[in-house]
Amino acid sequence: MTEATQIHGVLDGHGERAAPLQTVYVYEAPVRLWHWVNALAIIVLALTGFFIASPLPSTPGEASANFLMGYIRFAHFAAGYVLVAGLLLRLYWALAGNTYARQIFYLPLWDRKWLWGVFYELRWYLFLVARPQKYIGHNPLAHVAMFAFMLLLAFMVVTGFALYSEGAGRDSWQFKLFGWVFAIWPNSQDIHTWHHVGMWLVVVFVIVHIYSAVREDIVSRQSMISAMISGERTFRDEHDE
Amino acid sequence: MAAHETFYDVIRRQGVTRRSFTKFCSLTAASLGLGSSAATAMAKALETNPRVPVIWMHGLECTCCSESFIRSAHPLVKDVVLSMISLDYDDTIMAAAGHQAEAILEETKEKYKGKYILAVEGNPPLNEGGMFCIDGGKPFVEKLKWMAEDAYAIIAWGACASWGCVQAAKPNPTQATPIDKVITNKPIIKVPGCPPIAEVMTGVVTFITTFGRLPELDRQGRPKMFYSQRIHDKCYRRPHFDAGQFVEEWDDEAARKGYCLYKMGCKGPTTYNACSTVRWNGGVSFPIQSGHGCIGCSEEGFWDKGPFYERLSNIKQFGIEHNADEVGLAAVGVVGAAVAAHAAVTAVKRITTKRDSKES
Repeated sequence: MTEATQIHGVLDGHGERAAPLQTVYVYEAPVRLWHWVNALAIIVLALTGFFIASPLPSTPGEASANFLMGYIRFAHFAAGYVLVAGLLLRLYWALAGNTYARQIFYLPLWDRKWLWGVFYELRWYLFLVARPQKYIGHNPLAHVAMFAFMLLLAFMVVTGFALYSEGAGRDSWQFKLFGWVFAIWPNSQDIHTWHHVGMWLVVVFVIVHIYSAVREDIVSRQSMISAMISGERTFRDEHDE
Repeated sequence: MAAHETFYDVIRRQGVTRRSFTKFCSLTAASLGLGSSAATAMAKALETNPRVPVIWMHGLECTCCSESFIRSAHPLVKDVVLSMISLDYDDTIMAAAGHQAEAILEETKEKYKGKYILAVEGNPPLNEGGMFCIDGGKPFVEKLKWMAEDAYAIIAWGACASWGCVQAAKPNPTQATPIDKVITNKPIIKVPGCPPIAEVMTGVVTFITTFGRLPELDRQGRPKMFYSQRIHDKCYRRPHFDAGQFVEEWDDEAARKGYCLYKMGCKGPTTYNACSTVRWNGGVSFPIQSGHGCIGCSEEGFWDKGPFYERLSNIKQFGIEHNADEVGLAAVGVVGAAVAAHAAVTAVKRITTKRDSKES
């Protein structure tokens, strides 16, 4: 009757135990840690990146007494390395972790049920169906979005390292590994431009990501935000379908 | 001409002293960054190796490369390279003209088959069968292909030959095309710049003619010795960049103090050239030293990466000229509005369906 009666293990006024909610452990600790480290790195990268392209007003005094642009660039590069290290460990965990850990790195395009799910979720977001489907991992539409974001991150990493190699020099490992980007864009001004556009796409992703996480948490009656903290996804409806 | 005439023979015949000759060798070795032992090697090569002729052709161009070349800092370099060492054909500055001049091409092609250097200033326009650049009664592209057949290597002078430059800027009506897109079976050395630095040009010619091989090239076919670092990397205003001290307007206090020109659109951070080390006009100055940002003239398609006076380039793919920030902010605005609208609809839906379920 009351809310309290539904909480697992809690006794209600009559001394009866509440029915347990369906809970599944989805996001393992490395995935959750990566998510938040990644989020922090992206915030630092976007902010410092913006100020590298459009620097702050000049600092007064001698050049030898100031290093503002240097510090901003250092923060950008450091956060970039954190992001890459995280991404590499996350890729390892895609292999070592549970099924949900590898979800965002591929699209099961051969799976007809999954494809149907993409369109179902699209219709759900267009208010054409009354109830959402419940998924333990990402719903198919979110799955597509996350995969696209991984591609975007890869693009940012590759172009980022290519730009970094310009300062590191032609003998650096960064240039050896990522110098091929200059075969696509011989003029690095273009790489700057598209790296910058990529930053705005990341911002767009963040907006959609946060909105849909909050919305799904409320409307679909399955935990999203707390799931990325505790790792457990709770389905608040007792029974479905 | 004797069959094995050397550079040195020609020089001496022209009245250049041995002292001047060794001076030239050490100067050139220094400008190539090769050290003092290379000067001796260079002198020896020039004395013993057969002379390598250079054919210099002009396509769609403005002759700024030639103008730069003949102003090479040390007069000796200019004299040696231009009039004595190797330049057999250059239709713009040679005395011969007409059929007499064109005969040199045929003679060189036959006599030095596979041994001569083809230096190309400018590029061939390919549209309308190449008729936008007629040279000697034929489209330049035909002359270029014909002379390239038997060349040892090709030097692509300047931004035109290397990248296309202004005539290849959008919309490129004549379809001006860089050399490496037309000639694909010969080694091509790109010496970009609009124009390239004179010392860089003479250095490249001297390196090839003396050592009989091409200098080490980078991924984009430019000599590493001159194009492996950016203007930014060796810029004397770099400390102001790192400090975060920028010129905000052309006549502000920061401009007078010589702060970094990054915010004024300087393309130094994306431009590979030797301007900030070799400088221009005998080391007198270079654009940034005179208070103007680098426009990136040695980079691919630099005319289309404008504005010259803004840091962010326009993105023409979006129809109207907008930079990354404008495009990005617009995208964020649209998505933000869409999300807000979606949230509103969601809220309304929830309220109405709850009422419905209560009623039912």
